[in-house]
Amino acid sequence: MSIDLTLLFTMIFFIGFVWFCMKFVWPPIMATIKERQDKIAEGLAASERSAKDLELAQAKAADMLRDAKSQSAEIVDSAKKRHTEIVDSAKDDARSEADKIKNGAMAEIDQEVNRAREQLRSKVATLAVAGAEKVIERNIDESANNDLFDKLVKEL
Amino acid sequence: MASENPTSVEYIKHHLQNWKVCKTDEGWVWNQCQDAGFWSINVDSVIFSFLLGAMFCFAFWRVAKNAKVENPGRWQSFVEMTFEFVDKSVKDTFHGKNPLIAPLALTIFVWIVLMNFMDLVPVDLLPWAADKINVLAFGAEPGHTYLKIVPTTDVNVTFGLSLGVFFLLLFYSIKVKGVGGFVGELTLHPFSSSNKLVQIILIPVNLLMELVGLLAKPISLGLRLFGNLYAGELLFILIAVLTSAGIGGFIGGGIAYMIWAIFHLLVIPLQAFIFMMLTIVYLSMAHEDH
Repeated sequence: MSIDLTLLFTMIFFIGFVWFCMKFVWPPIMATIKERQDKIAEGLAASERSAKDLELAQAKAADMLRDAKSQSAEIVDSAKKRHTEIVDSAKDDARSEADKIKNGAMAEIDQEVNRAREQLRSKVATLAVAGAEKVIERNIDESANNDLFDKLVKEL
Repeated sequence: MASENPTSVEYIKHHLQNWKVCKTDEGWVWNQCQDAGFWSINVDSVIFSFLLGAMFCFAFWRVAKNAKVENPGRWQSFVEMTFEFVDKSVKDTFHGKNPLIAPLALTIFVWIVLMNFMDLVPVDLLPWAADKINVLAFGAEPGHTYLKIVPTTDVNVTFGLSLGVFFLLLFYSIKVKGVGGFVGELTLHPFSSSNKLVQIILIPVNLLMELVGLLAKPISLGLRLFGNLYAGELLFILIAVLTSAGIGGFIGGGIAYMIWAIFHLLVIPLQAFIFMMLTIVYLSMAHEDH
């Protein structure tokens, strides 16, 4: 239990190991740790940034959604308006068409009525002449009586 | 084991004996070193301390060479954990800029932990094996092989470390403060006076006190580590003696050995940590310029 040469050996080893550690062990491992720390810090910063980006994008998306909603409401409104317009114009068209058809039909009916009246009139004239012929039995004077018949016909 | 069946005292003495080689009048001899004085070497301390230190250097160097930034392996993570622990201890205490301090602290810490850990190898295992090898291979007499496998139970090793730290302390004190500053620190504190004459009278008192304080640093550093580990080793040996006392002693000794080993698991890193911390503190004091 006395101090002897072992002490010198130990000191030499000590110096050697410390030198070795200082030269070859400490710097590379510390550099590795530092690099990893930097990387992690970078990653955290990036994630923070992307979180902010996400927030912005969400706000933007909300804006766009709102715009789209109002736009779509506008479109729906205008479409409704257009719809009523179309329906109205179609109604007008249909009404005028119906009027046209009705007028045509009325005109035709009038025509038919007139024609029938003419025919009837002429038939009545003939019948009247024939009746008168029968009444008188003998043709007295056709021409003298024609005036009379014409007058009669006109009165019908 | 001095004889085939050693007494307890012989057994303990045998276990506390280093494997020595020393210079005598007949040249270098093995294990006959009672009067050799300074010129002897504790071969076991030298071998084990060197092997453990080299193991530390090699293992950590391997990690340093293959260090990966991403996806570090388990071993690398462990090494980095040690690094960050040491680095944090250094940064908390030492505020100057000196690239030596942190590697120094790391080397001290890991090396001492490894040397202390030899304490947990069963006390008789390696000495018994060495005895057998010596007898079989070199024809030595049984019981004349000495081996202490815990280098930190050798006062030479702990003082080797603490003196290394002490020289660094002196070196940095003088480098940072200059010779004058260092001498001034030794002579002008703690008592000082504005009166020149009183100051001159106070200088020897200051010098005495400061020198005691200065020298106490390496001595306490070395003795603390040595004392703790020596006591631990001695207890292991005593418990080992107990195990030879019949079946009850064997079982009791086994349990006691286990309990002491568990307790020692605490002492081992703690003593290494204390040594490291005090080294950092002393060197940071050396760097402080008032």
